[in-house]
Order: sequence, then structure tokens, then C-alpha cells
Amino acid sequence: MTPENLIWIAMLLPLVAIALVFIIGEKSPNIRESCTIGISVALFWVTTRLAGFVFSGGRPSFKMGEMLPGFEIAFTVEPLGMLFALVASGLWILTTVYAIGYMRGHHEKNQTRFYACFASAIFAALAAAFAANLFTLFVAYELMTISTYPLVTHHGDEKAKKGGRIYLGILLSTSVAFFMLAIAWTWTVAGTLDFTPGGILAQPNIDGKISDFQLSVLLGLFAFGIGKAAIMPFHRWLPAAMVAPTPVSALLHAVAVVKVGVFSILKVSIYIFGIDLISETRLGEGANPIMMSDWLCYLAGATILLASLVAMTKDNLKARLAYSTVSQLAYITLGAALATSDSVIGGGMHIAMHAVGKITLFFCAGAIYVGAHKTNISDMRGLGRAMPLTMGAFLLATLSIIGLPPGGGAWSKWFLALGTVQTGHFWLLAALMVSSLLNIAYLIPIPIRAFMTPAGEAPMKFKEAPMMCVVPLCITAVGSVVLFFFGNEIYDVLLPIATSAR
Amino acid sequence: MIEQLPVLVIVIPLMAAPLFVLIGNRKLVLLLTQLVCWTVFGITVSLLSRMQYGPISYELGGWPSPYGIVYNVDYLSAFVMLFVSGLGAIVITYAPKSVEREVHHSKHSLFYASYLLCMTGLLGMCITGDLFNVFVFLEISSLSSYALISLGKTRRAPLAALHYLIIGTVGATFFLIGIGLLYQMTGTLNMADIASRLQAVESSRTMLVAFAFMTVGLFIKMAVFPLHTWLPNAYTYAPSVVTCFIAATATKVSVYAFIRLIYVIFTPQFAFERLPLDSALMAFSLVGIFVASVAAIYQTNIKRLLAYSSVAQIGYMLLGISMSNVGGLTAGITHMFNHALIKGGLFMVVGCFALRIGSLKLEDLRGAGKTMPLTSFAWVVGGLGLIGVPMTAGFVSKWLLLTSALSLELWPVAVLMLLSSLLAVVYIWRVVEILYFSPASHLAKTAKEAPMAMLIPTYIVIGSTIVFGCWTVYSAGIAHAAAESLLGITQMGGVQ
Repeated sequence: MTPENLIWIAMLLPLVAIALVFIIGEKSPNIRESCTIGISVALFWVTTRLAGFVFSGGRPSFKMGEMLPGFEIAFTVEPLGMLFALVASGLWILTTVYAIGYMRGHHEKNQTRFYACFASAIFAALAAAFAANLFTLFVAYELMTISTYPLVTHHGDEKAKKGGRIYLGILLSTSVAFFMLAIAWTWTVAGTLDFTPGGILAQPNIDGKISDFQLSVLLGLFAFGIGKAAIMPFHRWLPAAMVAPTPVSALLHAVAVVKVGVFSILKVSIYIFGIDLISETRLGEGANPIMMSDWLCYLAGATILLASLVAMTKDNLKARLAYSTVSQLAYITLGAALATSDSVIGGGMHIAMHAVGKITLFFCAGAIYVGAHKTNISDMRGLGRAMPLTMGAFLLATLSIIGLPPGGGAWSKWFLALGTVQTGHFWLLAALMVSSLLNIAYLIPIPIRAFMTPAGEAPMKFKEAPMMCVVPLCITAVGSVVLFFFGNEIYDVLLPIATSAR
Repeated sequence: MIEQLPVLVIVIPLMAAPLFVLIGNRKLVLLLTQLVCWTVFGITVSLLSRMQYGPISYELGGWPSPYGIVYNVDYLSAFVMLFVSGLGAIVITYAPKSVEREVHHSKHSLFYASYLLCMTGLLGMCITGDLFNVFVFLEISSLSSYALISLGKTRRAPLAALHYLIIGTVGATFFLIGIGLLYQMTGTLNMADIASRLQAVESSRTMLVAFAFMTVGLFIKMAVFPLHTWLPNAYTYAPSVVTCFIAATATKVSVYAFIRLIYVIFTPQFAFERLPLDSALMAFSLVGIFVASVAAIYQTNIKRLLAYSSVAQIGYMLLGISMSNVGGLTAGITHMFNHALIKGGLFMVVGCFALRIGSLKLEDLRGAGKTMPLTSFAWVVGGLGLIGVPMTAGFVSKWLLLTSALSLELWPVAVLMLLSSLLAVVYIWRVVEILYFSPASHLAKTAKEAPMAMLIPTYIVIGSTIVFGCWTVYSAGIAHAAAESLLGITQMGGVQ
């Protein structure tokens, strides 16, 4: 199979999954779920095959055709998108297994719709990951919003309705009001929307079609328009989305949806602006002109700290993890805004590292809910004795989120910190350090208390969640540690995105 | 036979209508009406497909212009006729069950005859090259639509029809006054002749007055804010089938006549440079979009909600037309087509609700998502189109409008247009939440899914909003060709 064919096969597979899920439906849940698993495994195999080509320097592309005169739906695979696709498709397998355990253990309704929407979200994630131009990315981005709405509101009650309203409201309005405007503006000045190494805005900037200040405004439109990156003040949708069943929170709000957001920001920074343009364009007169993206750096830094502080106040485990996600996403935005080669590589790496770590934490939250029916952290004292595997996995993943070796997150944070030093943003370096401390403060006590403190009234017996829940979370927990030892490989793989600009 | 096609589009339905009144058997009339509508649709398809060989000019009765009436078929008129007759045909296929329930049996054959007349009038407005003839067809379509609206089930329907009749007649009269003045100044009623003779008299005050009368007259028929007051009641109280057809087509044909007026009879230079119509249009459109969208948010009747949304959507078409470049005009024309599909489809969904739930109040629709899943899902898809989510037709027109606004550096227009489209999210999603997240009302609880005879046509229209959202060769592509030829014609006019 040529890599070009692999692209459309990869995107076709989730669509096949949707069709199969609907055809089989409630008649035979076992067959329906095996189809999903089978296809997710096939998809992972296809993406690994494709990764072989891409990581060795290939840039396969595939054109669907023009959706509008001059605006093409086209796909080109480059390392960053490939990494994202690998993460999304790999974790889809585990999440499906986990979802079976969770949804059945919990007797959820409308499971057919659930699996179908899940597959369509994966389709959107792949389309975004492989997008060859901003137009295609935007279409995939919006498709993701729409296809995940039924998942967020899965329970169909008043709470779900409210959460869904915030979710859809923020994501749609930011994307329409800012993102779409930014894309059209880019097209007007650059005459193209293709993701090009080195960016497409440098020449219009030289030609005077867009001034330095306007570049900064455009960057702002992108940063706020891509609401899925959850930069404050447009982060409220993420905690609101936690009304969804936990597998949704796990895959979508730790991996697919939020990562499409930060992935888009990285893509825009690397392939639309070009990191050279961002880092070399200075605003203001005098001895110390500021970088055009400085305000975004500090906004990202503020989001990192504020979200961590909010996370500390949350007693509901999923809410705490949600705010932790907001904070961690801002790391990646920071990487894009700093625009040095180390910082964008760090940002790209963090997509993978955070995905594996955070999905583990969400899996654990769900397993605790299914196994012990607890949602609040204050009730989890002594739970480690009943659920040692879950809590052990939680601890491992926590290391990765904090950025301590041997967690994979250590590497990405290291490169981001390098980026702040290279650009002389020492306050942001301090923010990163403080944030790590805050991470320790709000995440570590959970497993520690679970293991150390004696349980409340009755001594707890060993009672884990169903195996379908526990096995995936153990795999991802181990994965978050294994990634630490592959830091170098991921760095090498991502190196082309930072150097091809030169 | 082939060269007679332009006149057959008009003659077949026009002759059929009185014949059907004579036949009187409602089953037979229904069948024949469907046959006629699909035949006309077939003819418009073949007309459009012949456009690649250039525009067609048909002299009625063999009388050469300017002595006789000429029918002109070019990209624009063929395109508008195509979707008018297409929606006419699909709506009449959808109609029987709904008409059965909403219109008294004794009126059925009259109903179908009026329906055909209304379609004839709309098609005639598109095809004719004679200005007075436009007025005649405008009146044919208007009078028949007054009759159709008054057939609604409630007693408020005749009142709404009367309201529309009074205002609509004012509009038509204004249009007629304008034609009279033009005839006085140029001595001809043939559009091409008027255009060629206008240059000499363009600067006279009479021309300005004539143009103003015709513009305002058409604005009333288009329901441009603030001349839209007839529309919400007319749409709300008309039988569902009538609303589907009129909402999808009638206002668009008036927009079409307006495009002809500006770009073919007068020139954009006259309308937009000598007169500040472009900035006035933009202001009215944007204010109208905001006011009508906000009004839609507060409606408690689903039909009235969509009616206000229609007033808002006309604004987007006029925005595109007021830009007077190929991009803007393409966007305007594309939106005529896309909105016809979207709004037609949504009103068809509403017709399904009307049939099974029997009420159009939002509170009675609560929880219908469970008992009428297919109908409700059609609302979601159509609604996404109205909002303008990618891969729906609404996105295509929004994107075209946005890019052409930015290419003209009309920043405020671009920003306001995008913000206004968020209001659509509110009023569409309000209904979605009512359908899916509210405890079922007693009417919705016992409702059955709509019959397949209605669902299939509904899904064809709703599905086509997705098709034309992903594949625009035959929507934006044709609109682009039409826009180019319109602007090309005016350039030639400038040379003469």
C-alpha cells in the first residue's frame, strides 16, 4: 500500500465503524463493540504503517477535491500531525475497551449513538491531524465540535443540557467569531491557506499587506478562535464538558478535542506564521521592543497558574482533572507562542505526553466511580487498599503530568523551559516551576491519601472496577513511563517541523 | 420541441391550473399537479444544462422584440427557475398528507390550482425579458399566494392573508409606478432596450424616482427589514405546505428581480455610485439581520421563529448583492439557493410536527425527539445548515460572503455578519434542547413518527443541504457563472 492510500484508508476506517455500529445497533452489543475494537486496531495498524513513511521523511498527500472554488479539502501528513494521529488512534483502542467496561458496568443508555459519535470524533481528529490547509482543518475542527455534542449531553438530563449549552456555545462562537475571521483574513492577505514549512505570512508582511501589529492581532484571533485550546478566558467549556460519561472525558477531553485545539495552534504557529516570523517580529520602539506573541506567552503563563490554582479548590475529581487539563494545554500554547525550535518541539511532545498521562487519570476517575461510586476526592481516603491497581496507575500518571522523571512529561516540560530561557522570559520559567509545584500539591495527595490514610468506617476489601476498565488504565500508566525512555526518539521525529523552516 | 422549452415552462402550469379547477376531482388533480410540477422541473433542468452554449432568447408568438415579449434564459434565470420548480415539485410530493389534514376537502382542487399559478408567476418573473410582464407575473404569484395563505386552518389565516394583500399590493403598485415612469422616459418595456436607452436619461430626476419606487416595491415583496411586517403572520398561519413553498421560493424570486433591476436594467454604477444604495442596503441588511434574529429568539411558535429567521436571511443575500463584485454577487446568489433548500427543508420538518403533534407551540414540541426521532434529527441537520456549520450549505454561502467582504476590506460588515450568525445558534439550539432535553408534553408523548411519504421528501431536501455543503459545482459554481455574466452585461452596457 502506498502511503497516499493509507491516508484515505485511515480516514475511512472510523466511517466504516460508524456504519457498522448503526447497522448492528442494539441487536447485538457484543458484535457492535467487537467491530469498534477491530476497526480501532486496524486503524492503529494503518497509522503506524503511515508513520513509518512519514517519520523517515515522506510527506504523502491526498486531495479530496474542491469544496468551494479555490478552497480545497486536502490532506498532507507531516510529523506533528502524524504523532497526533498515532496518539489518537492508539488511545482509541484502549478507550473502547475501557468504555465497554464503564458503559456496561454503569448501565448507560443509547450506547449505539455513543459508539457512533465516538468514531465520528476520531474521524474528525484524523482529518484535523492530516489537514493540508487551514480550510480543511477548520472543517474538521467544527465537525469535532458537532459530533461530540451528543456525547457531552449523553445523559440527557438538565445538567447535561446546561453543560452542553456552555460547551457548544463557547466552542461554536469562538470558532465562528474569531477562527473563521482569522482564516478568511489570512487567505485575503496571503492568497493561500496551505500549511507551508516556514509559514505563508512572511511575504505579505514584507509586501506591507499586513503590518507587524496586525500580525499580532491575527495571532490573537487564532489563539482565541481555537477555543478548544482552552486559553483563558475561553476555557469554561472544558469543565462544563465533564458532565459526559467518563470515557468521553478521557478520550475527548484529554486527547482528541483539546488536542485538536492545541494542535491547531501549533500548526498555525509553525506552518502559517512560521516560528521565525513570530520570534523575529518586534512590536514597539526603543531599546526593548517586545515579541509580537509576548502577550500570548504571558496569557498562557497566567492560564497555567490560574487553572492550577482553581484545580486545587475542586473536590470533585473530574473537575480537578479538567482544570488541570486547562493548565496543561496552556503549556502547549506557550510552546507555540514562544516560537523557538525547542519550544515548539516541546509543545508537540507534550501533546503525546499529556495525552497518555491525562487519559490514565481520567480512566482512574471513571474506575473509581464504577468500582466504588465515589466522585469526590475527600471520600477517597484509604481507597488504595480497595483499588491498589487504579491508585498505583494514578500515581504513575501523576508523575508524568507533574513533569517528574520517570514520567514522560519531564521531557516536554524540559524543552518548554529551554524555550523560555532562550527567549529571555524568565518570569515564564518561574511560572512553569511554580506550576509544577502546584501540580504536586493538587495531584499527589490523592494517591497518597488513598494509600496512607486509614479508611473511614468499615475496612475496605479488595474491590477493583471491572477488568475492562482496569487493564486499559494500567497499560496507559505504564505507557506514560515508557514514553520517558523514548524522549529522544520523539525529539528526533519532531525535529523536522522546527528545522524545515530555516 | 426543444426550442419551445422556455415557453413551455410557463404555458404548461398556466394552462393546467384552470383545467384542474374544471376537473375538480381532488385525487386526480393532486396526481396531475405532481406530474406538471415534475415536468416543469425537468424542463428547467434541461434549460440549465443548455446554458453552456450561451443564453437563450425566445420570442413569444414569433414577434421580434421590441414589438413582442421576449423570454430570456441565462445562467441566473435558469438557476433560479431550477430551484423554484425543484422545490415546487418536491414540496407537492410531500404535500398530500399535510393538505389532507390542514385544508378543507372541498378546496383541494382550488388549492392545487393556486399552487400551480403561484409557481407559474414565480417562474414567469424569472424568465421574462419584459418589464411589464414582470409585474403581471408578480401579481399572478402574489394573488395566488394570498389565496393559498387564506386557506390556513385557523381563522387568523384570512386576516394574515389580508394584511399581506394590502401591503403586497402597495409593493406591487410601487413597482408598477416605477415601470410607468421608466416607460415614459424610454418609450419601451423591453429590459434590454431600457438598459440601452437609459444612459441618455440617467441623470434625470424621473429616473431616480422610478428607481426608488421599484426598489421599495421589491423590498416589500422581499420582506426587507423594516418592510417585513406582513411576513411572520403570513408564514405562521398559512397551511404548512404553502409556507414550505413560499418561504423557500417567493422572497428569493423578488431578490432575483432586484438583481435584474440593478445589474441589467439599471447599472451598479447608477445604483451604488450615483445613489448610495450599497451603504443603505448594507445598513438595512445588518440591522435587519440582528433585529429579526433577536426577534426569532423570543418566539414561542416554531413557524414564526423560522419566519423571523427568513427576514434575517434575506439580509445576507442583500449584503452579497450590495458588494457589487463577482465574489459578493456569487455569495448572494448562492445563498438564495442554499437558503431555499435550508428553509424549505426546515418548514417541511415543521409540517411533519404539525401533522403529528397538531400544534406548533414550542411548549407542545417538548420531548418530541423521543417520539419523532427522524423528524427531530432532520431539524438538527437543517438547523446546522442555517447556522452555517461546515459541510452544510449555509457554511458555503457564509464563507463566500465573508471572503468577499474581506477582499473589499469591509471589516465591520465581516465581523457583524459572523456575530449575527451566532444568533442563529441560539434560536436553532433552543428548539433542539426543547426537542431532546425536555420532559415530553402530553401531545408529544403520544405522537407517532411522521409518515414516510413526508419524511422522504423532507430528507431529500435536508440531505441536499449537506450535499451542497460539500460539493458546490452546481451551486456556487453556477452562481459564479451567473455573477460573471451579470457583471459582464453591465460592462457591455457601459460601452454602448
